[in-house]
Amino acid sequence: MNPELQGRTFPPVAPYLVGREKVREFARAVFATSPLSLDPEAARAAGYADVVAPPTFAVVVQEHTLAQLLAEPGAGIDFSRVVHGDQRFSFTRPIVAGDELTATLTVTSVKSLGGNSMVTAQSEIVDAAGEHVVTAISTLVVRGDA
Amino acid sequence: MTSVQDATVGDVVAEATYELTRDSLVRYAGASGDFNPIHYRDDVAASVGLPGVLAHGMLTMGLAVQPVVDWAGDPGRVADYQVRFTRPVVVDPATGATVSVVGKVGAVTDDSVRVDLTVTYEGQTVLGKAQVLVRR
Repeated sequence: MNPELQGRTFPPVAPYLVGREKVREFARAVFATSPLSLDPEAARAAGYADVVAPPTFAVVVQEHTLAQLLAEPGAGIDFSRVVHGDQRFSFTRPIVAGDELTATLTVTSVKSLGGNSMVTAQSEIVDAAGEHVVTAISTLVVRGDA
Repeated sequence: MTSVQDATVGDVVAEATYELTRDSLVRYAGASGDFNPIHYRDDVAASVGLPGVLAHGMLTMGLAVQPVVDWAGDPGRVADYQVRFTRPVVVDPATGATVSVVGKVGAVTDDSVRVDLTVTYEGQTVLGKAQVLVRR
């Protein structure tokens, strides 16, 4: 894997429009039972504009930035050898249906460890006004040849 | 159960058991857009040396926080959530897989409560350093 990737920031990916039915579909898939994620009336009663995405919904937006990294010809990342090591989400506010989100990935660290490589990618996700919503951080382990 | 305002270190605030089936994995694949075939095809899983079809790590992460969301009463109160993927969850085509979640308060500050999750499958933990920060 190319160590010169460290510190590189990729161009922002195309904006992702968060749909109400997508949030509800995702909520059901992760066994969410909160009415705020499923019922727009309940969400509005709690002060939100629409249904509130479960915390890990951010990965759907982040995913487009990781695809950018894995597709980078100069990165030297063999997708078939990639294992998800760690994942973290840090929120300024939750994702709500109707949000138009833009994600930008920066490679914060590239390390070699016992024949494997570890790459940490940090995706900053902002809303249509440019305000921070959530930072998604993934560490991917790329298994060596041995 | 103790409230977010009254939480003290050591309180068990979240407890749940989830029955995962192959249907759960297909549903998550569609909802998330993660169509890696190791999560629904036995032949592909076997060809890369896996013991069987695995649950998406992000599905395990996604369901493990749900009892904490229910305790907090609002998914918007989750300020930070992190996990390490330490062991895969193999989902049998006939019998599925049972994943258990216990959340215990690990720290309390003026503005947040840290809930430490223990997530197990067949008696072994599958997530490491699984921590949720809940705004008070």
